[in-house]
Amino acid sequence: MADNEFTPGIKAGRLEHSAYAAQFSDLHPPLDDHEALVAADRCYFCHDAPCITACPTDIDIPLFIRQIATGTPDAAAKTILSQNIMGGMCARVCPTEQLCEQACVREMAEGKPVLIGQLQRYATDHLQQQGIHPFTRAGATGKTVAVVGAGPAGLSCAHRLAMLGHDVVVYDARPKPGGLNEFGIAAYKTPNGYAQEEVDWLLQIGGIRIETGKALGKGSGAGLTLDQLKADHDAVFVGVGLGGVNALGAMGEEKDGVSDAVDFISTLRQSTDLTALPIGRDVVVIGGGMTAIDAAVQAKLLGALNVTLVYRRGRDRMNASPFEQDLAASKGVRIVNHAVPVAVHGNGAVREIEFEYVDGTMKGTGEMLRLAADQVFKAIGQTLQGDGLPDLDGRKIAVTGAGRTSVEGVWAGGDCASGGDDLTVTAVAEGRDAAMDIHSALMG
Amino acid sequence: MANLQSDFVGIKSPNPFWLASAPPTDKEYNVRRAFEAGWGGVVWKTLGMEGPPVVNVNGPRYGAIWGADRRLLGLNNIELITDRPLEVNLREMKAVKRDYPDRAMIASIMVPCEEEAWKAILPHVEDTGADGIELNFGCPHGMAERGMGSAVGQVPEYIEMVTRWCKMYTRMPVIVKLTPNITNVLYPAEAAKRGGADAVSLINTINSITSVNLDSFAPEPMIDGKGTHGGYCGPAVKPIALNMVAEIARNPATADMPISGIGGVTTWRDAAEFLALGAGNVQVCTAVMTYGFKIVQEMISGLSEYMDSKGMTSVDQLVRKAVPNVTDWNQLNLNYVAKAKIDQDACISCGRCFAACEDTSHQAIAMSEDRTFTVIDEECVACNLCVNVCPVEDCISMVPMDAGATDPRTGKVVDPSYANWTTHPNNPSATAAE
Ligand SMILES: Cc1cc2nc3c(=O)[nH]c(=O)nc-3n(C[C@H](O)[C@H](O)[C@H](O)COP(=O)(O)OP(=O)(O)OC[C@H]3O[C@@H](n4cnc5c(N)ncnc54)[C@H](O)[C@@H]3O)c2cc1C
Ligand SMILES: Cc1cc2nc3c(=O)[nH]c(=O)nc-3n(C[C@H](O)[C@H](O)[C@H](O)COP(=O)(O)O)c2cc1C
Ligand code: SF4
Ligand code: SF4
Ligand code: SF4
Repeated sequence: MADNEFTPGIKAGRLEHSAYAAQFSDLHPPLDDHEALVAADRCYFCHDAPCITACPTDIDIPLFIRQIATGTPDAAAKTILSQNIMGGMCARVCPTEQLCEQACVREMAEGKPVLIGQLQRYATDHLQQQGIHPFTRAGATGKTVAVVGAGPAGLSCAHRLAMLGHDVVVYDARPKPGGLNEFGIAAYKTPNGYAQEEVDWLLQIGGIRIETGKALGKGSGAGLTLDQLKADHDAVFVGVGLGGVNALGAMGEEKDGVSDAVDFISTLRQSTDLTALPIGRDVVVIGGGMTAIDAAVQAKLLGALNVTLVYRRGRDRMNASPFEQDLAASKGVRIVNHAVPVAVHGNGAVREIEFEYVDGTMKGTGEMLRLAADQVFKAIGQTLQGDGLPDLDGRKIAVTGAGRTSVEGVWAGGDCASGGDDLTVTAVAEGRDAAMDIHSALMG
Repeated sequence: MANLQSDFVGIKSPNPFWLASAPPTDKEYNVRRAFEAGWGGVVWKTLGMEGPPVVNVNGPRYGAIWGADRRLLGLNNIELITDRPLEVNLREMKAVKRDYPDRAMIASIMVPCEEEAWKAILPHVEDTGADGIELNFGCPHGMAERGMGSAVGQVPEYIEMVTRWCKMYTRMPVIVKLTPNITNVLYPAEAAKRGGADAVSLINTINSITSVNLDSFAPEPMIDGKGTHGGYCGPAVKPIALNMVAEIARNPATADMPISGIGGVTTWRDAAEFLALGAGNVQVCTAVMTYGFKIVQEMISGLSEYMDSKGMTSVDQLVRKAVPNVTDWNQLNLNYVAKAKIDQDACISCGRCFAACEDTSHQAIAMSEDRTFTVIDEECVACNLCVNVCPVEDCISMVPMDAGATDPRTGKVVDPSYANWTTHPNNPSATAAE
């Protein structure tokens, strides 16, 4: 008998093999031409539009929507990409309900914003599917810049620098570029290998060399140091994201079956055969952010019978947007609030996890909750990892202005730098702005 | 419910909604279904002379412009008069009229500008039991090249002459359909009157090219790489039609002549507007070509409800109700002062009023950091542009200033009396005010 969702333990192939593709298909299927025109027609072409202000990369939304409405989607794509070179990925992963679409005046008017994200995807897909890269490089400046981290921040910075005529080398510790676009974002938001496709498309600008398997401040052999990078290049941009994960601090956390949500997601994203990916029958995810939601939803999609997400505060304090919470609920994830883990029970492997309910001030109430669990994912936040980095502000690299760090000639942006939300789009914006600042610094 | 019974130059119909002479009325099948759907009358698709009928193009005959959601705003056509033999049309008309005696059936006619041609066709038409005839002096393409349609409608003497022949050779009421492709609609209207017309109907379609194919470099609709101008109709032409109707209704020489209003009538409201400006009934073409016959149900319920709300019991009580208020510019009260006012609860902060006023008008709208938009009374000339560009209905209103208040823009006290341009001090030819 093949395993199914009732089989206890951590098992692969809980679903019919044919079911996986549908489970992990596009969350928002692309708009067709007709749908795009109908959606574009709804834009009012607002003056000094609030949606632009709400977009961390300041895309001229009314302009690109008008370009779609008038039958020039490639011009629309250029409007988008000139502000946000990862406009294609952002169209898929931005929490638009908290950004541009929240600010859309039609959200205020009717509770139904213009479908900005989906229109953005329509335009960028249209251009990218023809293989067109609409930007060219300025004359060579003779300067070289090192970018550490090939995530959205690093790649956005590299593209802008290359466009301005600088030569760029991007170093990344992982075997593939893309950062969390490749290893973190939920599979149903960016299916069909789009993350690598986008990187390949972005690199068409030329002048960017990617070196994978090169880590800053790690190990000896391949290890890079800030000093060396500074010596070899005219400027350095650090966009290493948040590689570490926080510990639970609950007794028994080292038991088998307890792991980091980001590792589970990364394995899932790199898997070429989801039917072979094991998942527990009773899965518990601890955390309240996007990572927790994504782990819970994808566990459910893999065929877990019971998935419970437990967060220590109320729903309103969850970092995951109401849209993401509803998505999880609609997939059958149960969300428990105001509970903190106190112990992981089990003999070698986890069998049960015990929580205590807390009040608004995080004080224990003495009320306990025990959940059956054969798999537990920790998603209680990522942390900056590394040594020899510029000065920190709290737990991130301190930056002023457009990403200037405490070290002369070194800039930082994205999740690893202070300020801004931990979002793909914010990383792109910070990478781009740092590039502009590096350019003015280098060119005097 | 208000009684919508209509009597137009003695022709009775259960409501004032007729189908205009066009494809919807080109055959028995259509007209029977139109009557079943509730239309009060039809003007049958224009009949031509006996003999081989005209031929139409065998490719696209319509072009269009659209608004949001591809809502059809304007249609243009290069169709000719009926392309079916005269005998067939006459036979079908007779059959329909026999089965629907309570509905109005008008024959639209276009034959060459010769007395014999008109004299020949009229008895045949009379024989169908038609309630009246409409002289098609409007068709702007194809037929005009052959010396008919708007080629006649543009020469008042011809209109008068043909109308007189018709009055001579038939007892049926004669409605003269006017073309808008002229400089002043009063000339053809007065000519029709002189010829003895019982009524005029207007407008026929407007000369137009709706679009150009930017790959083939030819106007649309395109027939084998070439295009020609067509006749424009639909919602986009309503303002032009309303003005022409109003001009005839308030012109002393034509004021007593019944008018059948045509051009862009799409809803009960459009119909009510035509009636208020002097039309005795309305005719509809593009709206049914867009949505089908069923829209008449909304027209009937909408007009009844409106009339009930105004305490009107018959359609004549609405007809001409707005005519006394149509005047010349120089009669408008220059002492009247209004200011735009934005309803902050309704405003969605899109900023369109700001862009319009700031970039193209009087810089009379202020925008704050938090996107609150307010009117600066010191600058507002009450031009209404903000009202027109605002996407939210009734969000911006024009509030008249009370007499005695001071207009912050001019510093002048609002005068309760009426004063127009003819007596204005800036008018070089002003007649001194008493
Ligand atoms: C599970 C999950 C789901 C998410 N979902 C969304 C979402 O739906 N929408 C959204 O907007 N955001 C989402 N985010 C957040 C988003 O992915 C990040 O904000 C964004 O990727 C940050 O970009 P970055 O370039 O700063 O860092 P990263 O994407 O983390 O890229 C950093 C890169 O640096 C490399 N690196 C790390 N350390 C070193 C080193 N020492 N030397 C060399 N290279 C190094 C890494 O290999 C990586 O390639 C999600 C995050 C997670 C974890
Ligand atoms: C395809 C088409 C054919 C028409 N044919 C005639 C016609 O044969 N005779 C006529 O008097 N008017 C004809 N018209 C004009 C209509 O009767 C009407 O005057 C005009 O379309 C304006 O009304 P509307 O805006 O409701 O369409 C035609 C209009 C269209 C669209
Ligand atoms: S706020 Fe909405 S309606 Fe206004 S420009 Fe942006 S997308 Fe268009
Ligand atoms: S409307 Fe009917 S006749 Fe006209 S093109 Fe379409 S299918 Fe053919
Ligand atoms: S156009 Fe209307 S809705 Fe938009 S800002 Fe002005 S008043 Fe408000």
